Amino acid sequence: MNKPDLPNSFRNGPDERGHFGNYGGRFVAETLMPLILELEKAYEAAKADPAFAAEIASLHTHYVGRPSPLYFAERLTEHCGGAKIYFKRDELNHTGAHKINNVLGQILLAMRMGKTRIIAETGAGQHGVATATACARFGLPCVVYMGAVDVERQKPNVFRMKMLGAEVVPVQSGARTLKDAMNEALRDWVTNVDDTFYCIGTAAGPHPYPAMVRDFQSIIGTEVRTQMQAAEGRLPDSLVACIGGGSNAIGLFHPFLDDAGIEIFGVEAAGHGLDTKAHAASLAGGKPGVLHGNRTYLLMDDDGQIEEGHSISAGLDYPGIGPEHAWLKDMGRVNYLSATDAGALDAFQLCCRLEGIIPALEPAHALAAVLELAPKRPRDHLMVMNMCGRGDKDIFTVADHLGGM
Amino acid sequence: MTARMKARFADLKRQNRAGLVTFITAGDPDDATSAAVLRALPGAGADVIELGMPFTDPMADGPTIQAAALRALKAGHRLSKTLAMVRDFRRDDDATPIVLMGYYNPIYVYGVDRFLADAKEAGVDGLIVVDLPPEEDRELCVPALAAGLNFIRLATPTTDDARLPAVLKNTSGFVYYVSVNGITGSAIPDYSRVASSVQRIKRHTDLPVAVGFGVKTPEGAAEVAAHADAVVVGTALIDVLARSLDGGRATPTTVDAVRGFVEGLARGVRSAKRPAPAAQEDRP
Repeated sequence: MNKPDLPNSFRNGPDERGHFGNYGGRFVAETLMPLILELEKAYEAAKADPAFAAEIASLHTHYVGRPSPLYFAERLTEHCGGAKIYFKRDELNHTGAHKINNVLGQILLAMRMGKTRIIAETGAGQHGVATATACARFGLPCVVYMGAVDVERQKPNVFRMKMLGAEVVPVQSGARTLKDAMNEALRDWVTNVDDTFYCIGTAAGPHPYPAMVRDFQSIIGTEVRTQMQAAEGRLPDSLVACIGGGSNAIGLFHPFLDDAGIEIFGVEAAGHGLDTKAHAASLAGGKPGVLHGNRTYLLMDDDGQIEEGHSISAGLDYPGIGPEHAWLKDMGRVNYLSATDAGALDAFQLCCRLEGIIPALEPAHALAAVLELAPKRPRDHLMVMNMCGRGDKDIFTVADHLGGM
Repeated sequence: MTARMKARFADLKRQNRAGLVTFITAGDPDDATSAAVLRALPGAGADVIELGMPFTDPMADGPTIQAAALRALKAGHRLSKTLAMVRDFRRDDDATPIVLMGYYNPIYVYGVDRFLADAKEAGVDGLIVVDLPPEEDRELCVPALAAGLNFIRLATPTTDDARLPAVLKNTSGFVYYVSVNGITGSAIPDYSRVASSVQRIKRHTDLPVAVGFGVKTPEGAAEVAAHADAVVVGTALIDVLARSLDGGRATPTTVDAVRGFVEGLARGVRSAKRPAPAAQEDRP
């Protein structure tokens, strides 16, 4: 019998070695390996403990404000003249983005493991803010590594983190953006192995992080299933989400991967365009390689040296992507598209004016794809876009680009 | 073990002294200077050479070695040039083992089979790839051993007795004991713990044990050399090289500065007080 091209389920990954097909794995220094194995064990135990789930559920309800609404974007739907567009409103979460879903899970796990110090990396600052928030809530010291360039362009979030009691360390090494912040966090972790928990912000890094972050974010898709049944009496026809590392996207997609009829679209940041060097579309413009603990698609030169991603959105300009997305691309289960800086800016403004919602620049990329996809679909097509963050942090960036408005 | 590696450690044992393992980054600050430094190392007293393969994102390295990698890359260095450096070195020196040290991605992109063939042909003796733990052995370790290269593994203070056998299983050439948890160039090791750590590893293997991370001076080298089969010095050496540069470029003093520093380390290693050889032969 020939080996089947497609798996029986797209939801069974990763395997016991942390691989999604050829991607994922545990490419870390020996110092960290025992910690990662310990983390995996602790996470498996927590998953099997109903008290852990109950604790997360309670925080979701009373602290985060979940479930986030599934909102029918009526005027945007009229504007597009095709599919019925829904927003999953994760920008209404406490701290203003989906990041808190993952952080609460990891911080609860860290406390179960007896860790007393939390470190995190952040690009746009949303994960840093969420981590600083959870650490304040649970009384844990928190150090956030942030590229010096990002510290400059995301000042409001730097202030937020500091007000929440976190120490923000501007990273001066390399290109001084997200990937360098992640390098520096790994260096901290390797130095402080005994007491420190590394709270990774996206569905990437060494196993078990990609699977663990996905599981914590899957609340997004799980809620959508229930909410769409309630609103329309059936499941959606398509899903759209932006992708940097890909945690909000995998959180929305994963509960639907085995619903074969549902079209799924991930939207990468095309920056100035895929034909330029200035983009962050690792799937469209990268190749498989190994960085930050996992094999995945990376932006790099022909010597395997990592290149910088560019996007108007600081949350999307990572030169890699979570390994599960790399696998889903190769399997053809998810369609990966891209949106340029200009497309995202147009979508941003349209969303402000038609829906009274200021989106973050990250989901503005997803929205740019919705504006392309929705008009081509019939009026009974149900499309869900993950509004994964709010745009307060981005208003100055947008104002700069639009000439001060 | 390659013949060169085997011969070198056998020779060290005969001399009843520890070896000196020196690390430099290939192509730092430029290919010609780096090649001259490499050629000067054996004469200055280096017994084994670790040659760093530059990578943009060296997650386990401190600022000194990060900067060295960036200088090399900026000057146009790439993996094929690292291999060419070894090939050139081998024209004059067929005795000093060379171990390439770095991260997996450049090798993966070069192509594992092609890399192993080219490395072997160039005269490389072993590989240390920081981000390939035993859990990923089938990536490079197993093919490297099959190709006749040593795969040298790092053991760390977090590698406990339960894990050591897995770490040592496919290790060959020598074991590189990282004496502190941290990045290269970080804290000074607690010398009093080096002896017991080396003994702990030796309970699990007959391979020579090299100790590194934090060794900065001839005196420090002597302390470690009293207990280990080899002493690894990296960051301190790169610091000396970096201080000799002018605006990131080599000066006429660069090669001599490194040579002088290595000579001092070699004296330190050779001055170490060691138990008589018989005392080390307590294994059946």
